[in-house]
Amino acid sequence: MKFSESWLRTFVNPDYTSDELAHALTMAGLEVENLEPVAASFEHVVVAEVLGVENHPEADRLKICQVSVGEHAKEPLQIVCGAPNVKPGIKVPCALIGGKLPGIEIKKVKLRGVLSFGMLCSARELGINENADGLMVLPDDAPTGQNFRDYYALNDKVFTLSLTPNRADCLSVYGIAREISAITDTLLAPLKISHASEEIPDKIEVHIKAPDACPLYCGRIIRGINLNVDPPLWMKQRLERSGLRSINAVVDTTNYVLLETGQPMHAFDLARLEGAIRVRYAEAGEKITLLNDSEIVLTPDMLLIVDDYKPLALAGIMGGLESAVVSETVDIFLECAFFIPNCISGKSFTLGFSSDSAHRFERGVDFAATRSVLEYATELIQSICGGKVGPVIETKYQLPERRQVAVRSDRVRRVLGISLTTDQIFEYFKRLQFVFSENDGIFYVTPPSYRFDLVIEEDFIEELARIHGYDAILAQQPRAELSMLAVPEKKHTPAAIKQMLVMRDYQEVVNYAFVDEFWERDLLQNSRPIVLKNPIASHMSVMRSGLIGGLIANLQFNLNRKQDRVRLFEMGGCFECDSNGNYRQFDKLAGLGCGDVYPEQWGESARTIDFFDLKADIEVLFHARELNFQPGSHPAFHPGKSARIIVEQNFAGWLGELHPHWQKKFDLPRSVVLFELSLDCLLPKSLAHAKEMSKYPPVRRDIAITVDNQVAVQSLLDVMQENKPEIVTEIVLFDMYRGKSVGEKRKSLAFRILLQDIEKTLTDEEIDNAISSLLHVLELKFCATLRV
Amino acid sequence: MRDLNDIVKEAEHLFDTTDDPNELEHVKARYLGKNGELTELLKGLSKLPLDQRPDMGSRINQTKSQIETLLKSRRLYLQEQILREKLKEEALDVTMPGRGYTKGGLHPVTQTLMRIEALFHSIGYEVASGPEIETDFYNFTALNIPENHPARAMHDTFYVDNGNLLRTHTSPVQIHFMLENNPPFKLIAPGRVYRCDSDVTHTPMFHQVEGLWVDEQANFAALKGVLVNFMKQFFEQDNLRVRFRPSFFPFTEPSAEMDISCVKCDGKGCRICGQTGWLEVLGCGMVHPNVLRHVNIDSERYIGFAFGLGVERLAMLRYGVSDLRSFFENDLRFLKQFN
Repeated sequence: MKFSESWLRTFVNPDYTSDELAHALTMAGLEVENLEPVAASFEHVVVAEVLGVENHPEADRLKICQVSVGEHAKEPLQIVCGAPNVKPGIKVPCALIGGKLPGIEIKKVKLRGVLSFGMLCSARELGINENADGLMVLPDDAPTGQNFRDYYALNDKVFTLSLTPNRADCLSVYGIAREISAITDTLLAPLKISHASEEIPDKIEVHIKAPDACPLYCGRIIRGINLNVDPPLWMKQRLERSGLRSINAVVDTTNYVLLETGQPMHAFDLARLEGAIRVRYAEAGEKITLLNDSEIVLTPDMLLIVDDYKPLALAGIMGGLESAVVSETVDIFLECAFFIPNCISGKSFTLGFSSDSAHRFERGVDFAATRSVLEYATELIQSICGGKVGPVIETKYQLPERRQVAVRSDRVRRVLGISLTTDQIFEYFKRLQFVFSENDGIFYVTPPSYRFDLVIEEDFIEELARIHGYDAILAQQPRAELSMLAVPEKKHTPAAIKQMLVMRDYQEVVNYAFVDEFWERDLLQNSRPIVLKNPIASHMSVMRSGLIGGLIANLQFNLNRKQDRVRLFEMGGCFECDSNGNYRQFDKLAGLGCGDVYPEQWGESARTIDFFDLKADIEVLFHARELNFQPGSHPAFHPGKSARIIVEQNFAGWLGELHPHWQKKFDLPRSVVLFELSLDCLLPKSLAHAKEMSKYPPVRRDIAITVDNQVAVQSLLDVMQENKPEIVTEIVLFDMYRGKSVGEKRKSLAFRILLQDIEKTLTDEEIDNAISSLLHVLELKFCATLRV
Repeated sequence: MRDLNDIVKEAEHLFDTTDDPNELEHVKARYLGKNGELTELLKGLSKLPLDQRPDMGSRINQTKSQIETLLKSRRLYLQEQILREKLKEEALDVTMPGRGYTKGGLHPVTQTLMRIEALFHSIGYEVASGPEIETDFYNFTALNIPENHPARAMHDTFYVDNGNLLRTHTSPVQIHFMLENNPPFKLIAPGRVYRCDSDVTHTPMFHQVEGLWVDEQANFAALKGVLVNFMKQFFEQDNLRVRFRPSFFPFTEPSAEMDISCVKCDGKGCRICGQTGWLEVLGCGMVHPNVLRHVNIDSERYIGFAFGLGVERLAMLRYGVSDLRSFFENDLRFLKQFN
């Protein structure tokens, strides 16, 4: 909502500066987005008349003008002007010598040898309109010699408000004036409306076929208007300052009335109407071409104004092109109706465009003012364009109810936390011009017809708080009963998991949850990704079911920026649609490693990060829990370098090296290792349970065996764990070797065995027996041979 | 026979001028060795008259132990000297950089979320969460935003299919929580939200923290108290000025927007605050009775207040980030600044 301050002050004129007024509006919930003067500051600019124009002898584009500036000079001034639209007889603003414009000081100058005693101005030079070209041509009746600021009422400012959707009543200058009257406790001038005298009996029949959507329709005929007249300057200025262009006197008037009262109106060219007017819902497939030249195929939820043969207007939204008022129009039918907000709202969203009318009707227009606004518009049109006026045709059904609401002062105080007195509440409601009575601290308030946002007690509490001032409600620390929050010890927090990775040199990233469909279908082979109906871009069209695609994209981005050692992780929601069509969301943790294990440094030779580096990170994350890695194949990973991760018998995720063909496809110079884990599997944590320490020293024995290359270390460890004597407390692989000395297709594995008894020192014999029992079972199950 | 004192003096001098430990043993032999001077003197005792022997013997032994003491102290000195030399050679250049891993870091949005959670946790708020693919009911209807309400159009919703959408705010978590718990309660719901909007100041996904307090004692003054307290602690500025302006959210009544004095220019007016001196930081209000009704809470007995704040916005202000989009580019050079 944009409007001129001087217009506003014709209705309410508190003793506030413009800035104070803007602040008061903002603090009352009508946010002032912008406040700026209608023109730049300038001096010595007057209305001038161009008397004569001659070509400049030395320059094609310059003209030598004789200009009258009234009392400011006895003789006409000679002024050199370059504007293409300068011609004799026009009135224009003229800056006199000594005058100051933004960035220009006016002096007597010689232009290509000809003296110039001033400057004829464009609207851009005066800071009135940034886009204006050529001289600003004024109406013929502009008084020559008058100070231009006064003539054009330029000591004015424009307010731009950003209104919330509940405040439909402030979508008009008068509505804002009413609001200011309440906020500043200043008198509000009434709208002056006189009734035009009916001079002709002409009427049109009006039938409302959809009274649920249009309970009130007023209209009247005006014949013999003259559309060749210019609307008055003050009207054009006010429209301009609200951001509207002047079109013709009738359209300007309906626009003016809309801005001033908030009541949308429409004028039809009477010559285009055939028969009676009806308000009805559209039939499916009906069409209408609107004023904005768009042809709309209608649906049955759209309300139409039609005559006997054709749709005339999309009710409350926009008039039709065919019945529009044009310059040849002589007779008009002026419509002023009330449409129920629910019947209009959502339509401009469906249509893809809105209008000032739709914007107001969908939020609510004052239905008590419909008829008087029609009278007001009639008066304005008649005073500008003349014409003879017919009687008002009014068709009325059940209008919205305004139910009385009980507002308890106790409740007001309880909700706001302040001690507002009954007298204060009384005064605030009075300032708001509400109709109310009070009994025993309870106010019975009837919302005004222009307020669609006051339905329950809380709505009125907000009104009271607004008028009292939110800032006047002192902040208080709340009081509540104290009780401790749970601190589960058998569970990691996601933050603790993240912190572990941070300490292991990983950088956290956050990616959008919607990804390229390709990541899902090809990289993760998800045949049923969740597709967005209205994605913002094609590469963000499906919901991710995993995180590794995002990490690879992050890797590419950073490699392109010369970051060649990259370790990333992301924790976040992933999405799946199950076979019943239900959406499931689960959090995952994924990590990526690429480049050297360590940052480049002295004393350590560079080594490329591999599967086992990330495996160690995963082992840390699952510390002290039963963890297994099984060979597995995943579409994203190298078939021989990928593993399913099993935690306490449950599948927890994947670890693997990116498949070489993806590496090639994504143009990645080095191998990439990735893991992805379910967060649910990661969170459990075992509660420590202390055991007694043995007093006797542990014994270490190392054994080295050779086995076939195909034998997995885990299977050896599992078998040893299952068959070990009780005194064996720890079995750890500490070396692996392949080479000629162990034979082809075989590998040598070295295990560290710790043995300990809780009650005594172990004898050599006991130790030897334990070791040979382990060797025996390895030999039996895996044809392992002891390496000597 | 030389004077015993002279012998001691001479030995002392020779010890002190010998720097090599082996050489020192040779010098020692000169006095105490098999044929050393003192050894010879002791051997010669038998040639002395009987009555002089005890006296002479004890004097020689005394001399011997004097020399031994001198020798020991010289030996110790030389050993320490060697150790000192050795340690000197072993000295490191302690200014060389340390080896091994460095440290990664958390995303600034995570850090901001953790900070917000910690502050609210400190006054007993618990953390709740809810689904990001929401139903129309939870995201809108239950929050008093009926179909066709102009507020829906303001939300730029991503739709998945009929009735399902990507939540446009974290407010639906309120509904889930209130349906499953009995008041009084206080909770925050941090999480990702989605809006179909992308330009310099909007990303299609961002983070919000929803807060809710439902209690018999809750009121607007307390809402202000909690939020003023939070903002001062979050920005660690005790003199932070705030203001509350009436606003509109369908799920709160009264509703407010909270502004803080610009943390960059302290309210003087700058580019960050658009010369106004104020920064809009969150929306809040008293929970609308219709919302409480949807979750079967008696709005006569309980009063609630709620707020929703934008995490990226707070992170930008706190850390001086000028472009919202940089949070989701995941440029390591940007992210490492927060480590």
